[in-house]
Order: sequence, then C-alpha cells, then structure tokens
Amino acid sequence: MYDFEYHKPKSVADAVAALKKASDGKFMAGGMTLIPTLKQRLAQPSDVIDLGAIGDLRGIKVDGNTVTIGAMTKHAEVAASAEVAKAIPALAKLAANIGDGQVRNRGTIGGSVANSDPAADYPAAVLALGATITTNERKIAADDFFKGLFETALKEGEIITSISFPTATKAAYMKFPNPASRYAMVGVFVAQTASGPRVAVTGAGACAFRVKEMEDALAKNWSPDAVAGVKVPADGLNGDIHGSPEYRAHLVTVMAKRAVAAAG
Amino acid sequence: MAKIGDRIKRTEDRRFLTGAGRYVDDLQLARCTHAYFLRSPHAHARIKSIDVAAAKAAPGVVEIFTGKDVADSKVGSLICGWVVKDKHGQPHKAPAHPAIALDTVRYVGDTVAMVIAETYAQAKDAAEQIAVDYEVLPASIDPVKTLDAGASQVHADVPGNLCYDWELGEKAKVDAAFATAAHVTKLDLVNNRLIPNAMEPRAAAAEYDRGTGNYTLYTTSQNPHVARLVLSAFVLGIPEHKLRVVAPDVGGGFGSKIFIYADETLVVWAAGKIQRAIKWTAERGESFMTDAHGRDHVTHAELAMDKDGKFLAFKVDTIANLGAYLSTFATAVPTYLYATLLAGQYTTPLIYCNVRAAFTNTAPVDAYRGAGRPEATYLVESIVSKAASEMKIDAAELRRRNFIAPDAFPYQTPVALTYDSGNYAPILDQAMQLADYAGAAGRKATAKASGKLRGVGICSYIEACGIAPSAVVGSLGAGVGLWESAELRFNPTGNLQILTGSHSHGQSHETTFAQIVSDKLGIPMDQIEVVHGDTSQVPFGMGTYGSRSLPVGGSAIMKAADKIIAKGKTIAAHLMEASEADIVFEDGTFKVAGTDKAVPLGQAVFAAYVPHNYPSDKLEPGMDENAFYDPSNFTYPSGTQICEVEIDPDTGVVDIVNFVAVDDFGNIVNPMIVEGQVHGGIAQGVGQALLENAVYDKESGQLLSGSYMDYCMPRADNLPSFKLGYQVTPCPHNPLGVKGCGEAGAIAAPAAVMNAVRDALAQVGAQDRIEMPATPRAVWEAIHAQ
Ligand SMILES: Cc1cc2nc3c(=O)[nH]c(=O)nc-3n(C[C@H](O)[C@H](O)[C@H](O)COP(=O)(O)OP(=O)(O)OC[C@H]3O[C@@H](n4cnc5c(N)ncnc54)[C@H](O)[C@@H]3O)c2cc1C
Repeated sequence: MYDFEYHKPKSVADAVAALKKASDGKFMAGGMTLIPTLKQRLAQPSDVIDLGAIGDLRGIKVDGNTVTIGAMTKHAEVAASAEVAKAIPALAKLAANIGDGQVRNRGTIGGSVANSDPAADYPAAVLALGATITTNERKIAADDFFKGLFETALKEGEIITSISFPTATKAAYMKFPNPASRYAMVGVFVAQTASGPRVAVTGAGACAFRVKEMEDALAKNWSPDAVAGVKVPADGLNGDIHGSPEYRAHLVTVMAKRAVAAAG
Repeated sequence: MAKIGDRIKRTEDRRFLTGAGRYVDDLQLARCTHAYFLRSPHAHARIKSIDVAAAKAAPGVVEIFTGKDVADSKVGSLICGWVVKDKHGQPHKAPAHPAIALDTVRYVGDTVAMVIAETYAQAKDAAEQIAVDYEVLPASIDPVKTLDAGASQVHADVPGNLCYDWELGEKAKVDAAFATAAHVTKLDLVNNRLIPNAMEPRAAAAEYDRGTGNYTLYTTSQNPHVARLVLSAFVLGIPEHKLRVVAPDVGGGFGSKIFIYADETLVVWAAGKIQRAIKWTAERGESFMTDAHGRDHVTHAELAMDKDGKFLAFKVDTIANLGAYLSTFATAVPTYLYATLLAGQYTTPLIYCNVRAAFTNTAPVDAYRGAGRPEATYLVESIVSKAASEMKIDAAELRRRNFIAPDAFPYQTPVALTYDSGNYAPILDQAMQLADYAGAAGRKATAKASGKLRGVGICSYIEACGIAPSAVVGSLGAGVGLWESAELRFNPTGNLQILTGSHSHGQSHETTFAQIVSDKLGIPMDQIEVVHGDTSQVPFGMGTYGSRSLPVGGSAIMKAADKIIAKGKTIAAHLMEASEADIVFEDGTFKVAGTDKAVPLGQAVFAAYVPHNYPSDKLEPGMDENAFYDPSNFTYPSGTQICEVEIDPDTGVVDIVNFVAVDDFGNIVNPMIVEGQVHGGIAQGVGQALLENAVYDKESGQLLSGSYMDYCMPRADNLPSFKLGYQVTPCPHNPLGVKGCGEAGAIAAPAAVMNAVRDALAQVGAQDRIEMPATPRAVWEAIHAQ
C-alpha cells in the first residue's frame, strides 16, 4: 500500500469537497474492494475519503411500495432486515449470500453498486427490480446506470446516497457461485414488476444486463418452461479458467429457470 | 495416566486457539531490518541489466543484493538431495539453481533482487525503483511439449529439457505377458498440479552475532537439522556448529516446508553481510508463486488381465513436470516414491514403469502430502475401476480377486518394496458395509428419476511411509539417512522433556508423544514437555514428512524410554537391595516380584541426580537417555475409501453425498488425532479431485490461479460428514506397531472421488472425458462434448 491522506468527513457535502480538493481522491465505503486493491498496489490514490462517518448514508426505509436503502448500509444489515425480508425477500436473501460473514459486516450496497464488479450480486437486483440510484446530484434509473466493466454512470465526485427498490409481486435470485471466489459466475434475478417481468443477469457479461427475450416469454407465460428455451448468445460473455462463455451462456438459462421456479 | 488408545484432547490447542502460538513472524529481533524479494514477472527472460542505484538511495534502504553479489560471495547453488540414475546409469541432470538469478529468469516468481530496508514498506517501495532490462524469451510451460524437439530450452546444459529418463521393472517380461492377455485396459490421465497453501506462509528471520560469529535462523521448516546441514555443507559454508536453525510454531507444511528455498537461504546469508537481523514473511501471492508445487504428471498406462480379471502385468509411461529448477527432493518423488507403489494391494506379478522428468518454465515441483503415492494410487485405482467396467465385473469384486492374501506377508512386490503386513479384504468389507454399497443401484435409480447422475467409486490404497530404512534409501540415491532421534531428559523432581528430531507443524506431536511416554513410563501428561524444532536444543534429527514421525520418531522415543527403564531398574535394585533380575516395572513403579517392595520411577530419578545412595560402581549419575532409531522397513498403511457422488447434469456440479474411509494404520495411539489427520487428508484429496488446480498460461507462463479468487481450496461445505472405520494389523517391525496416518486421506481420495464421478458420467457415456479437477465446467463440458 502506498501512503495517502485519510479523511473521515461527517457529511456528504464535506466528502465531495474533500474529493474535489484531492489530486486523485477515492471514496471508501466498506473497503472490501478498495483495500485489497491498495494493498496489492494496483491503485495509488492521493486521498482516501472514508464515508463511514456520514450517518445520513445508512439505514433502511420502507415506504409503501418502495424499499430505500442507504448507500452505507452493510450487506449483513440488509440480510437481517425484517422489513426487507417482508417487502422483497429475494433481496434479503441475495445479501445473505454475498461473500462471507466478515465481508457482509463491512461491504456496503453503495460500494457494490458503484463498483459494478461484473461478478457482484447486487447489480442483478438493482436492474431486475428497476431500482433508482440516488446520488448527491441526481436520480439515475437502473437501466441507465451500469455501463460496462467496473464502469457506471457516476461522474467524478458523485456519491451514491441511497438506492430505492420498488417491490415486486414475485422475485427470486439464483446464483451460481464461482467455485473459488464464490462471487457470481452467473446470477439471474427475475422479478414480476409493476411494468411487467424483468430478468437481469450478473457474472456473465462485462456488467449486469437484461434479457429481453426471457422477459417477453415470461410476460406471456410466467413459468420456468417459458425461459427454458431462451438461450443467450455466448458471444461477448466472460471466459476464464472457471467457465467458458458457452458454459456461462448455458448457466444463464439454467439459473433463470430455477429463479422463476423459486419466485413461484 | 494416559494410555495408548485414549482420545486425549490436544495439549497444544490451548496455545493455538487462544492466539498464544509463536510463529516466525511473531518474533521481535533487535534492530531488525526487513527483506523484500523482487521477483521475475516473466516465465523466461534474459536479464540484460539491472540498475539498483535509484533504489539504493530510496528512504530506509539498508542494502540491495542481486545475483552478481550472491555469485561473487561464492554462495553455492541450491541443491537437490536425491540422485536418481537414469536408464543408462547416468545421474540426473542437475542444472545450477542460484539463490538469485544471475543472467536468466526461469519462472514467474524467480528471485531477481533482495531489498533490505528499515521497514517492509520501504523495501517494497525501493524495489519498484530497480530497473531490470529483460529480453523476454519463449517459455516452455507444458510438460509434454517441453520434451518436443525444438522446445525452448529451460537450461542450456539440459538438452531437450529432460532431467532423466528412468525406468523400473523388466520391460521385455511385461511385454511378453501383455501378449498373452485376454483383455487390456488402457488409460490416459493427468494428475493435476497443486499449490500447497499452508495456512502460515513461509518466513525467515535471521541474526548474526558479531561477538561469536554465530548465525541463528528462525524459519518455517519441517526439518530444521536438514535445513542446517544443507545450508552449511552445500550452500553457505557456515559451519554447522556456528548455525542454529529454529523452527518454532509452524502453521502447516504439507511437504512445502521440507525444502531449502532461496528466500530463507538469502535471509541468513544477508544477515551476516549487513550484520543486522533481517525478517521476511511471504505474502500469500508469493506463496502461490514460489512454494514448491505438487503432482503434475501426464501418464499413459495399460493393464493386462486374464479372462477372469486376474492382473497379469501393468505398464506405465509417465511424464513428470519438475518445474524450472530442482527442489530439494524433486527427483525422488516421481520415481522411488511413485513407481514403487504401482503394485497397490494386488498380486500383479509384472510391472514396468518409465518416467521422464521434464524441466519447464514453472515453479519447482516437489513432495506434497503423499508425494508420489497419491499419483500411483490415482493411477492404479483409476485403471482398476476402468478395467472392472470394461470386463463387466463389479469394481469391488475385481479388487478382491487380485488382493494379496493375508497369509502372503511379508510380500515381495515386483517394484522393489516388501510389504510387511496387511489384510485387505476385511477393510473392503467394512467399507462396503458403511457405504451401503449393496444399495447403490437403488439410489442411482432414484437419482436418475429426478434427473441426477449418481455414481459410486472405490479406492483401495497402499502406501509406504515411516520413511525410511537408511541403507535402502541410500542405495536408491538419497543423500541422507532417514532414522530419527529422541532424548528423554528427566529433571531431578521427576518431570521430563522429550526432545525429538521430528517436527510438529499441525501433527499434534506434543500430545501423541507425551501420550506414548505417559503410557510407557506411568508419568502424568502434565509432567511431560515435548521439545522440538531447535538445532541447539534437540539432537540431530531428520524432521517430519512421509508419515514418519510416530513410526520412526516415536520408535526412537520408545527406545530411549527402554534405556530409562533399564537404568531405573539398576537404581531401584540398589535402593531395595534386591537382585535386578527380580525387578519388574509396572505403572511407573519398580517392584520386586512377589514382595510389596517398590520404588516409583520418580524416586529412582531423584537418586540419579542426588546420588548419595547410588550404584556408582555400575552407573553414571543423571537420568537422560537418547536413542536413534533406523527402521528396518517402510510401514505399509492400507485402506479402502468409497465415495458416492450426485451430479447435476444441468450445471455440472458434483455433490459428494457419502464418503467412507476404512484404514489400517496399525495400532492407534490417539483416535481423535488420527481422525483429524484422516479428515484433513480427505479434504485435500477431494480438493485435488474436484476443486484445486494450478494453471499457468500455456504461452506466457503467467500463473492464472495465483490467488484465492481463482485457486479453489476445499471448504467445509464442499465436504460431507465422513464415515470412518479401522482395521488393525500391527506393524511387525517397530516397537509401537504403528504405521502412520498423515497422508492416507490425500493419497486415496482423488481416485475414490473420480471413480465415483466416472461411474456417474458413464450413464451418459462421458466417463472417459473427465480429468481432475472435475469442476462444474469440466463436468458440464464432458457431458456436452460430442
Ligand atoms: C472475500 C470477498 C468476497 C466477496 N464476495 C462477494 C460476492 O459473493 N458477491 C458480491 O456481490 N460481492 C462480493 N464481494 C464484494 C463486497 O461484497 C463489496 O460489495 C464490495 O467490496 C464493494 O463494497 P464496499 O462497501 O466494500 O466498497 P469499497 O471497497 O469501499 O469501494 C468500492 C468502490 O466503490 C466506490 N464507492 C464506494 N461507496 C460509494 C458511494 N456511496 N458512492 C460512490 N462511490 C462509492 C469506491 O470509491 C470504490 O471505488 C466480496 C468481497 C470480498 C473481499
């Protein structure tokens, strides 16, 4: 790890100001991704701005048909929340299966979504439920948020403050974990939303993406069989020692089928 | 008093579980500096130049050494301690292995420079300022292709990258037997490459005492005396009596801490150069790159049978990857620790094995839990199960037909070893019963009805451990003897220290060794301290590997205990004014047979240290006896594992639904500790079969599985609750009748699991398309390959 200046502001405004002043600043949430990156000397920020003391960024609120989760809310808090479990059980379950206990006690929803790791779990939920990402500057629809490998619509110095999930009548997430890292090799989130079925895939591509064909099939007939015949093209999917693009493409269909079955 | 056979809780656990263990990295040496090793980012490159000027001027830097400095100061090459002679009687090729690369780097991780600074961070910062100009060369990564004509040469003085072409057995006779066979089963398989992953990374801390000229090296070693011997006699030239090597608490080794590596060598050497203490602890990434890896064989084998399935002859052709340099015992593993086990539990009368050992631009490969024996077992037990399915004979039945009969021991195999004892059929029976082998067909049908593929796999293994009779291994090329030492040192107040040349790095010696002495001498466990791992405290010893500590180290302890009893008897006879011949030793007390006269051992010990009334005409004072034990044979644990798996053909996931292991380890001292060893061994074997794989990019030679993000270690949820059983045929040639249990799980499990996987895949015709590790991807691809 290289030396850096450490800041722990008490408000979003102070955090943004600290970042603007830094020559190459970086926000830190749970640090579960950032710290290993620093330790391996893969990044050399001049300043690290810890968002951990900003109380406004934390907490879970359910308001009618919307669940709003503060950016600094930890995976363990989402997993243990009775309110989330009641409103969107699939979301609580997803959080409960991220990493291990230590990671869930540090990692945050804002950090996960801001990072847009291709193998992260939350992006599938954000996209499938049609969530809204609220920042210090604006509101961003899920469909406009994930742009590519570790790439989002966030601008330099923009902080995610919360994420709002509309509830769904049916929803489920099926994760096929990478055997080694246990991140998602393929994860499929399906939801029956107010605007119809949505299917989002994580792990398989550069970032989370929707599968229109499955959504159309589910609109006609909400059943595992409806998606069983839909194959996503392997072209452009991720390939590594754990899974070829073809294998991942196949798993998308299998996990989608199982997610629909689990959603009931 | 503890008895042999008691389930005694580990006395070392309190220390380990409360964070009170003392590992190398915990040591605080005065004025200690910190080392960082700059490593090669290339698999193969010529070093055109190294410029350390800027780095030397960086904050906190004390010194920087390169390959030239090491060469200039006449540091010897790191050695391989076992000379294997090839087919033509020529010794193996032994290319130089400088501690720091001189002009060529040969694998990703090869040492390029040593940076020493006041803090570790400063050393690391400075290393970034070392400018190395590399000319990248083509790399040979694949163990088969590296032997092809025209492959890039790893060492200029090793033509064709061939370390040796070795054979065991009589080829002509084997070929003749094949000509008479009713059936021949052929098999190609790969034994995947593994990374040991001890929980504690390798570490070294060294200091040099200017006043005495003495060096002390604290290091993560399984065999501190052997490390000292190699460093003294071959590499650094520091006389043995001026070098103390201490291996304090060590967090796991699995073989990887037997060897004498560049890093530890450089730390002790450089401490003398800079005349200050130096500490280095590997980062996890360095462990992945530079700990000696395990296995990595490519094999073709053929088994000839008569019409009833009796094995007539076995023929094996193996290419073994040794990596870029020879690690300390690398040459022995794919030869004498491998081919000698190819008879398995069977009467196969003729066996021929050819092994070509290859250099590649990858990390050195050496012994890893089982060392050669898992490779042999995986091969034998895979081909036997394949033969059974081809001959349409039940896999258990085919094994039974070929077992060595219980009355045939000692049994001379065609591959050099003489099995001392064993009784294989009752082991198989018990395993089949525990596994409900008879009900497997029904469970397969039930699984099939719900779209799953179930399979059952058997592995009946033999291993040779209790390493080893010195004269035998000497005749095979070992550079050392493999006896063990022990000393029982009583204190005047009656408590004692067991000093052992074995080394515990997870094996529970502190408990087991105290337990056998408590049983033998009738002394409570809490009056016994086990001391190991310090060359200036314990007698010269050979260390721990090859499941040798109890059979060899424990036997030395028993011999020393016999000397204590003999001396105590003379003292007791004197004190009781009785004839020595009338004295018996029972429950820690010397008694005159047929009387109520008694002298407890403690009283005899006290008399020996305060010899006011003492048989001084016959004995020296003191109660401190040592013994060296050289075994007369290897020991031969055997057993059968049965694994049952269920495969989800949609995802390729293999779920182990049942796992049975029945072992014959001879007598068992502490069943709880033995179970722990078996559990851990099976976990590692399952890891090899389903999860673990060291993968290098075939072109660039980059390690693609260089962290836990990609190298898959077994976790608790990958494993079922094991069902264990035991059969006991005591070892006839050591005083405890023990055989060793440290490696059996890892030796047998890969074949048990893979035979189950193949049995399951046979239902869709995919049984010949799967290699280890049978990851979900590999299984899915096997099922879906056309
Ligand atoms: C061992 C391990 C296993 C894991 N397994 C999984 C898994 O199975 N599934 C999974 O989904 N994830 C997994 N993770 C990732 C983890 O769950 C976190 O989601 C992830 O590390 C990011 O969250 P964080 O709070 O730690 O963010 P940090 O590491 O602190 O930050 C990550 C990035 O996001 C930026 N950032 C953070 N917060 C904000 C914000 N509010 N606004 C704008 N930018 C921000 C930071 O600047 C940084 O670039 C694992 C991590 C580890 C270490």
